[in-house]
Amino acid sequence: MADPGDLTCQEFVELVTGYLEGSLPVSERARFEAHIDDCDDCPLYLTQIEQTVRALGHLREEAIAPMARASLLAEFRDWKRAARQSTK
Amino acid sequence: MPPESDEWRLIVALRGGDEAAFDLLIGRYHASLIRIALLFVRDHDVAEEVAQEAWIGVLRGIDRFEGRSSLRTWLFSILANQARRRGERERKVVPFAALARAPGDAFEPAVEPARFEPPGDEYAGHWVSALPHWEVSPELAVLSREGRQEIEDAIAALPPNQRAVITLRDIEGWDGEEVCNALGLSGTNQRVLLHRARARVRNLLEERWGNAGS
Repeated sequence: MADPGDLTCQEFVELVTGYLEGSLPVSERARFEAHIDDCDDCPLYLTQIEQTVRALGHLREEAIAPMARASLLAEFRDWKRAARQSTK
Repeated sequence: MPPESDEWRLIVALRGGDEAAFDLLIGRYHASLIRIALLFVRDHDVAEEVAQEAWIGVLRGIDRFEGRSSLRTWLFSILANQARRRGERERKVVPFAALARAPGDAFEPAVEPARFEPPGDEYAGHWVSALPHWEVSPELAVLSREGRQEIEDAIAALPPNQRAVITLRDIEGWDGEEVCNALGLSGTNQRVLLHRARARVRNLLEERWGNAGS
């Protein structure tokens, strides 16, 4: 087995975030990409990290419980009333 | 923030007392505020209260907001202040310093060293055995209630500083610079924390979904 891009798998996994962030120096990026081409397992590791990151993005919600909404809208009306009075 | 942006228009409308603008903002950000409050407090009800107090802080401070930061960065700073104030009353709050803690000098490997051939071996540093495929793709899993909970549990198991960074970056979708500013981290420290957090979450998901037999 040739040594793929002279990077070991153990080194590869430590560079994954730098690679995804685009912060690797050019030469290191080239070694990283050479390792992707030559290794049987590391592309899967990279894919699993990318899938994990995308899955995390699905956890974000745009929602508010009806009770919280009602109480915040009531706060808003109080605030507006107070603001009007203070400018009179 | 550019004056023609959607968020800036909302701020201007809010200053003018436009209730629909406020309703839109709370719909867009309230769940995020609760999630971020949960970085500081453990109890969900307390997080809800802190998030609601933050909105009141937004209304009180809206005239002073100059739009030099993004709206979510401003929301975060108000929320963090509310959580801190809460922490002075109760002792149940994670101090901000714990969230902003630098990763430390100790090296934390992304993958357990035992998974690689030892130094001196012909294949030193290469995987000992093939990396297991997962039974389920996390992107599909997250769509089910159980899968979602497994991923939430993996995040909850992280140290506070890693959890703060991965929550803001990967769940809330902030960019690296915003996270550095909000938490007071250097770019390098932010990246190290993100790296460790993602690696730990991947490892936990592998424990659950890794199909070593295939």
